[in-house]
Amino acid sequence: MIVEIEALTKIYESKQRVVALDGLDLELKQGEIFGLLGPNGAGKTTTISIATTRTLPTSGTVRIAGIDVVRHPAQARQLIGVVPQFNTLDRSLSVYENLYFHCRYFGFSHAQAKARSLELLTQFMLSERKDAYPAQLSGGLAQRVQIARAIAHRPTVLFLDEPSAGLDPQSRMAMWSAVEGLRTEGITVLLTTHYMEEADSLSDRLAIIDYGRVLALGSPEKLKQTFGVHTIFNLKLKAPEGLETLVATLKALPEVIGAEATADGLRVIANNSDGLLPQLVQAAAGYGLRDLTTIEPSLEAVFIQLTGRDLRE
Amino acid sequence: MNSLQGSGARDQGSGTSDQGSETANSLTRDFREAGADSLPLSNHLANSAHLGDPGVPQVPILGPGNPQPSTGSNNPRRLGSAIFCKAFLGLILRDLRVLTREFHVFLLRVGMQPLLFLFVFTFILPRMGGGGGNPLAAGGGKVDFGTILLPGLMAVAIMFSGIAAVALPLSSEFGITREIDDRVMCPLPLWAVALEKVCFSAMQSMIAALLVIPMAYYVPAVPVRAHIANWFLFGLVLVLASLLAGSLGLVIGSTVNPKQIGLVFSIIVVPITFLGCVYYPWAWLKPIRWLQWGVLFNPIVYMSEGLRAAVTPGIEHMPWWAILVALAFFTAALSRWGLKGFLGRVLS
Repeated sequence: MIVEIEALTKIYESKQRVVALDGLDLELKQGEIFGLLGPNGAGKTTTISIATTRTLPTSGTVRIAGIDVVRHPAQARQLIGVVPQFNTLDRSLSVYENLYFHCRYFGFSHAQAKARSLELLTQFMLSERKDAYPAQLSGGLAQRVQIARAIAHRPTVLFLDEPSAGLDPQSRMAMWSAVEGLRTEGITVLLTTHYMEEADSLSDRLAIIDYGRVLALGSPEKLKQTFGVHTIFNLKLKAPEGLETLVATLKALPEVIGAEATADGLRVIANNSDGLLPQLVQAAAGYGLRDLTTIEPSLEAVFIQLTGRDLRE
Repeated sequence: MNSLQGSGARDQGSGTSDQGSETANSLTRDFREAGADSLPLSNHLANSAHLGDPGVPQVPILGPGNPQPSTGSNNPRRLGSAIFCKAFLGLILRDLRVLTREFHVFLLRVGMQPLLFLFVFTFILPRMGGGGGNPLAAGGGKVDFGTILLPGLMAVAIMFSGIAAVALPLSSEFGITREIDDRVMCPLPLWAVALEKVCFSAMQSMIAALLVIPMAYYVPAVPVRAHIANWFLFGLVLVLASLLAGSLGLVIGSTVNPKQIGLVFSIIVVPITFLGCVYYPWAWLKPIRWLQWGVLFNPIVYMSEGLRAAVTPGIEHMPWWAILVALAFFTAALSRWGLKGFLGRVLS
């Protein structure tokens, strides 16, 4: 395991005692993209801050490639790249210089730093803006520079803290493809997010956390299956008379968990959709079926079921 | 700098702390040892150059400063020391780049105040009325005012430089941009990041102070000459005073709320300058006994007096040993305080 987080606790003792992390355990495999999903205040950023040596844990350990980040922070920093939640680009340096000096901080010679910076500018399509200063960049561009900078020294693990916060949809897509691209470089990625789509489409595995604890862990598909969130069918019917009979008929089907009348038809909650769809269509045909929509099990539904609160609250 | 190493021991990790006084020697040895049981650093670098190429197997990510995870926890420690120096150098190069790109601004910033001071007090005023009518021009009739002013202005240049080079950038880096995170993520112990700021600022302070010497020769109506009899004392005072100014900058930058950094000038910088024996030797405060004792808490006093002892030894000044002890004491105390504030700001 390339990242080992064990019984991590962080308690902020100020006027109000805040338990940010409450015995968090996580393990990341080499080369995977791991998502940390949770509402605001769940402990995502605290986890990343501790793993990236910027916050000290109250107890517990984080090891990156076997190195304890609390005992050997300077050594651990050689292995990690960080894209923080906010733009921390060096405002006094141009885009190129941000990359170049980052490489120098990590022991590259002049020639190596120059070559690596130019390579990254090309890879992230930033060559045209290489002489721009961070203040002149849009949010999406700045984020791209931050990712390029974070991987410039070829870290073993990359931490992305809310990488798409504040980005427009286009920049978000560009950021996603940049992260996808890291997969080919073999970098292990830990990203936090509160966007379901992001967690779902990017992560190989993800952990849903809340109140500083892991609530569920697994691949997005596995989570959706394990936590028994069901497929939902919405049927629009032309002739809703005698709906009770239809409801009773549908409820008799083994896959169907529930069925209820809605304003313009019927909602059916079922375990899985294989073979069920034709049966539904057949049963509803006599009631003037006009339209049928299917909602697949979603992470959002898993999350709401697990935490009992909406992600975006 | 012992205080720095002491407080930084946690962050320093096993890189050097458990090697105690061998630190300096161990750097070269570590380099060799690193090469003995793993790839030498140069090989790491050479390997890493291929990793970006498509088609090359890319399983383990190795790069400069990127120890092989599989070789256990001893290895990164050894490579760490070599990286340590390179990272420190990288920070200095970054600061040099920013400074040299706006070098004319730097010269204006450090030169304007002493230039105007000399122009007004040693060029304009002596020509106005002259005689006994202008006490400033004559320095109370005993000594030429320019001669008193020269070391004082050097002290002010050093102090301003320390504040401008450490406190102001730090304050904005700690502020809303959190730019400091960029520097803090270097493979360096945190105390070294702070030390780099102080050292780089000290270098600027020395340039600023040395600039005053030719100004004092060319600007005043009567040229003021520096009489540096003891170059060793001069060098020592200059270095200590510059480090002191950098440490003061570190204290201000890391303890003052970024929103209130402007206030620092009116409530800290101006008082310590005016009461820092800049425009008069400490000995001349004798008639105001309480003030003469009171200003001893002001570190600028020792910067002015130290430069007075070194640059214009003809003017009354404190004994050199007292000056050196005080400069060393204030440097140690302020750097310790500043480092504590710095660590408190970057580490939660």
